[in-house]
Amino acid sequence: MTNNPIEGIASAHESEHIEQETGWQRYFFSTDHKVIGIQYLVTTFIFFLIAGLFSMVMRGELVTPESDIVDRPLYNGLFTMHGTMMIFLWIIPTQVGLANYLVPLMIGARDMAFPLLNEIAYWIIPFAGLLLLSSFLLPSGTAQAGWWSYPPVSLQNPSGHVFNGELFWILGIALLGISSIMGGVNFVTTIVKMRAPGMTYFRMPIFVWTVLSAQLLQLFCLPALTGAAILLFLELTLGAPLFNPFKEGSPILYQHLFWFYSHPAVYVMVLPAFGVFSEVIPAFSRKPLFGYRSVALASFGIAIVSTLVWVHHMFASGTPGWMRMLFMLTTMLVAVPTGVKVFAWAATIWNGKLHLQTPMLFALAGVVMFVFAGITGVMLGSTAFDLHVNNTYFVVGHFHYVVYNTITMAIFAAIYYWFPKITGRMYAEGWGKLHFWLTFIGANLTFFPMHPLGLQGMVRRISSYDPQYQSWNIVASIGSFLLGMATLPFIINMVGSTLQGRKVSDNPWHATGLEWTTSSPPPVENFEEIPVVTSAPYGYGKSKAPSPGATDRE
Amino acid sequence: MKKILNTLILAVFVIVSILVSYWLGQQAYSWMPAQGTAEAKRVDGLFSFLVTLGTFIFLGIVGLIMYSILTCRASEGDFSDARPDRGNPKLEALWTGIPILLVLWIAAQNFSIYQQIDIQGLTPIVHLHIPSATEPADAATIVNNNAKPVSEQIEVVAKQWSWTFRYPARNVTSTELHLPVNQSASLAMRSEDVIHGFYVPEFRLKQDIIPNRIITFTVTPLREGKYRLHDSHFSGTYFATMTADVYIESPEAYTQWLAQAAARKPAPAKNQAVAEYARRQEYGFKSNWPSVAPAKPPIVNYSS
Repeated sequence: MTNNPIEGIASAHESEHIEQETGWQRYFFSTDHKVIGIQYLVTTFIFFLIAGLFSMVMRGELVTPESDIVDRPLYNGLFTMHGTMMIFLWIIPTQVGLANYLVPLMIGARDMAFPLLNEIAYWIIPFAGLLLLSSFLLPSGTAQAGWWSYPPVSLQNPSGHVFNGELFWILGIALLGISSIMGGVNFVTTIVKMRAPGMTYFRMPIFVWTVLSAQLLQLFCLPALTGAAILLFLELTLGAPLFNPFKEGSPILYQHLFWFYSHPAVYVMVLPAFGVFSEVIPAFSRKPLFGYRSVALASFGIAIVSTLVWVHHMFASGTPGWMRMLFMLTTMLVAVPTGVKVFAWAATIWNGKLHLQTPMLFALAGVVMFVFAGITGVMLGSTAFDLHVNNTYFVVGHFHYVVYNTITMAIFAAIYYWFPKITGRMYAEGWGKLHFWLTFIGANLTFFPMHPLGLQGMVRRISSYDPQYQSWNIVASIGSFLLGMATLPFIINMVGSTLQGRKVSDNPWHATGLEWTTSSPPPVENFEEIPVVTSAPYGYGKSKAPSPGATDRE
Repeated sequence: MKKILNTLILAVFVIVSILVSYWLGQQAYSWMPAQGTAEAKRVDGLFSFLVTLGTFIFLGIVGLIMYSILTCRASEGDFSDARPDRGNPKLEALWTGIPILLVLWIAAQNFSIYQQIDIQGLTPIVHLHIPSATEPADAATIVNNNAKPVSEQIEVVAKQWSWTFRYPARNVTSTELHLPVNQSASLAMRSEDVIHGFYVPEFRLKQDIIPNRIITFTVTPLREGKYRLHDSHFSGTYFATMTADVYIESPEAYTQWLAQAAARKPAPAKNQAVAEYARRQEYGFKSNWPSVAPAKPPIVNYSS
């Protein structure tokens, strides 16, 4: 069939799950990458809703300067769990879910390289998520040291119990790390070894490039975080003096280990979002992606530079001057390959024939808000300025423009764009547009005010604040409630359209890419016959039959 | 004709963008708190520069995208493709090269401003491995390499969740930080438990305080007034309460305050964390999750 050595392994597994294909069991025991992809998407969306509710409680608390809705330990637990869940149970795994569904289809493979490993990696997610959530029921409460879990605060354990929230946090992070490593091995192997005949690296869609670079980052950097979690465990539970500054330990060492992973993690999260933009924008501009090769290589540029920037989180941590300057420069250099991508998207829509349907709206808004986030990012990389806004709401505003206004927008764009492929039905466009506008307005109302608040000096992670900060906080809180409401039309649309949506053809967007050449939803082994790839991706511009009304308006 | 019109539109757009960028860059000063130190002026200048440049870049890219959105819409039901344009090596080289130059320019600006701040004494002098945390802090001699003479030496003690300031020259302790205007003060900061952060927004300076080290930095306040010191590094349950008032006053008022404080008998200060902890059943939705007990209120000569 092909000359791929891994193909044989995958086929062996496939023959197993053909039998399990019917009924509810397939959502529990299937090793089909598409089923697992959907499992990831649905599970992580539930965690997204829960963590979103936490943030709405926090925004409720911040309407007034006093601490009056939840007590201080609970507030600290809420922002810790909000951050941890949004990153490790929403942004990262939901994009793993998308990649799970799409990568084998896009490269013309029948499944992932290791389907059983794929299934195990998925099942760790709900288990670890429930473990984290169960810490709300412990007498100690949840972990309360923020998603960074910096010692010594994270190791204080006032409850005195062995089973405390921090322990559950550590176990949850370690488990999720193992899941991600499994995923990383699987994706890299799949992309390197299982491409269809003719699918050279420079014929892969950008989404596949971004998944490859993101997953290589996971493999390279994640061990630092998992190691740090194990060290935290040793000190918390067994009293090993690793980070305790009064016992010759170094709390700064933990910060290095943590950010060595957790900064690249931002790129693990944002790269697949860039991949989504690179798929959606050409399809709705009816033009090939501008500068395909430079965009593909820029993904690797971002991945490489991003492993050398982590100290910019520690400019105020007693970091020596030479380190501050060095990491300032590397941080700013990330702007170059990301700039290449942004310019390529802007050039793609230039002189295109734009269709502003829901996926395109989410993608364009995501690009625009990413430009804003990139500019505040360069500001934060500026050491002298960072010393003022470090640990203030300016930072919170900046990274929410990245994780929500860019990445979550991209996730929604992806879900709408590939919805007809996944279900064989079309979503309701009106509900989609309503979802878009509510999200766009809500997200800006919520996260923009955080910038002036940070400039004025409001530090993050406080449940009471000086009254001078109140007005912008009220705006942000109203925005966050709107943002919470914005998910309702999305849920209604997804459920309703999956059950009742209009049936559509295999390629309703007239898009290019192998995933659109198979049926919707694709059959178990994806393709009747493994396709042979003969040309570059994004083959737009070949349909030479413009309808009468079409004019080339410049 | 159309070409001339397009060039004209582009020219107007660039000019408007430059004007708006310049205007926003000037506005940027007003988004910041008052300038309490010489460092603040430099940081604000840098911020204004970044806002100007950032606005221009934002308007350029978003203007381009908006122009396409407004003028390049496909008509209803037209699913034909646009003219394919797969790239342009010159253009791509340009938009890789120019950002590299821009980044180097921004970094150079930063470096020079950072150097100027450095002279003012931002670089912390870190003393490692203090033999014992209980030993009085004045045992550690404060080394200062800065060129500028330091007129005041003040010890800062951070603990969960209070600030204490000690003026060794007069043996005065206080929960308020008083500093004379236009004079350099050297702050020797230490923490007794977890990492805290010293942050007065008007100073534009921030320094984490790592436990079991003495971290020194010099500050020269230039503007009289009352400011607020915040703990900037999350330090546990009552983190939000860990603030202190900072008074920048004339040398006369400062000396008078020191003398007045020295005359007072040391007494326990009011402490919000201690008060909240004692009445923790009364605040908000009760989680009943245990907290680290706040340290006893500091015993000081002067407190508000």
